[in-house]
Amino acid sequence: MIAIVDYGVGNLFSLKSSMEAIGAETVVTGDAEALRKAEKIILPGVGAFEDAISKLRSTGLDAVIKEEASKSKPLMGICLGMQMLLDKSFEYGEYEGLGLIEGEVRCIDEVIPKDLKIPHIGWNALKFSGEKHEIFKYINEGDFVYFVHSFYGAKCQDATIATAEYGAELTAAVANRNVCGCQFHPEKSGDVGLKILKAFCEMEG
Amino acid sequence: MITKRIIPCLDVRDGRVVKGVNFEGVSDVSHPVELAKLYSDSGADELVFYDITASFEGRALFTDILKEVAKKIFIPLTVGGGINTLDDFDRVLKCGADKVSVNSGAIKNPQLIYDAAKRYGDQCVVISADVKRVDGVFRVFAKGGRENTGMEAVEWIKRCVENGAGEVVLNSIDTDGVKKGFDLEMLDAVCNAVSVPVIASGGAGGIANFVELFKKVPKVDAGLAASIFHFGEVAIKDLKTELRANGIDMRL
Repeated sequence: MIAIVDYGVGNLFSLKSSMEAIGAETVVTGDAEALRKAEKIILPGVGAFEDAISKLRSTGLDAVIKEEASKSKPLMGICLGMQMLLDKSFEYGEYEGLGLIEGEVRCIDEVIPKDLKIPHIGWNALKFSGEKHEIFKYINEGDFVYFVHSFYGAKCQDATIATAEYGAELTAAVANRNVCGCQFHPEKSGDVGLKILKAFCEMEG
Repeated sequence: MITKRIIPCLDVRDGRVVKGVNFEGVSDVSHPVELAKLYSDSGADELVFYDITASFEGRALFTDILKEVAKKIFIPLTVGGGINTLDDFDRVLKCGADKVSVNSGAIKNPQLIYDAAKRYGDQCVVISADVKRVDGVFRVFAKGGRENTGMEAVEWIKRCVENGAGEVVLNSIDTDGVKKGFDLEMLDAVCNAVSVPVIASGGAGGIANFVELFKKVPKVDAGLAASIFHFGEVAIKDLKTELRANGIDMRL
């Protein structure tokens, strides 16, 4: 069973549907016990960092997620969910993240040329960093995925497993052992996205 | 770099796609899920569902269909038609829509865009404008293009973007249905006025029109069309291959 963390942020309909489409048994839950019992955890998220992380903390699920990740249970963050895995965020202030992956969240306007539009929205190609990560085992470099974001993971260093070019090399995916995250939306990235989710489902802790 | 997008638009009335015809291998082209799947499989970057039902029953059917599509199609879905309140946003977002497009609803109540962007984020709110030249001036039309609002179009669109619209669909009434190409002049004017993505609509008659669109108005982000895709005149795969051959970034 794979648990999609429900902490009152965003719409999880498409994510749940995409997991069903690849035949993964999935539960959308905000229950700590269900997260402990799950084989894997997906942390989604849309909206503002501060709002999302404080909701996660107020439910106490932040501690549960960290604890489960430390037991080497596979964990994937998506979009804002990925950003929350990092050390901290500078989105309209300074906020502490879950600290599971090295890096900090910063606005893309710090690195991209002025004439490019913000948010970075649309289909962009993945460029792998270093050795191909196992969540990419069914896809190829250059495959397209769907992005919608104005902030990105900066200083992720060796945790960066893929980037996308948008006037600068923006972090597209990160990983640290059993914990990984995608800035893009695999649940909105067609077959390529489904293949990434499938590979995550096969990840061992 | 981000690719240009090709977006088929499906008009839905009482749970059926209007205008769908003859596709090999698709048993029922009027079925929104079948047609959406065909488009998604052939490389559509996004789908727009436009609800043209007027009745309450039709509206309920539409959300049922939307849910069914969102369960099977994993590319961004935009929904428009009959969006007048935040409750309407809520209704379609819960059924799997990623973006919601407003047209007459924003003309009646300009505050709607601001409120929706605040609640769901800018990226979720699309302003769709029907625009026509009247005495040489771009004017916004309401009620499906039947009523001149008297508003100047570029100013109106700028105002909507300032209020939080994260994307613009510009439908030129002057070129719509003529199939002789997009309204490059109008698109250029809007692209130069706003910094959010602009989607061109109205006038696509063939592949050459899309090549011309992206070559002559490089700031345009996407091309939207309905009938040329539905009638099988242009296959999305062929279109994208040809665009890429012309040096335009495409997801293939």
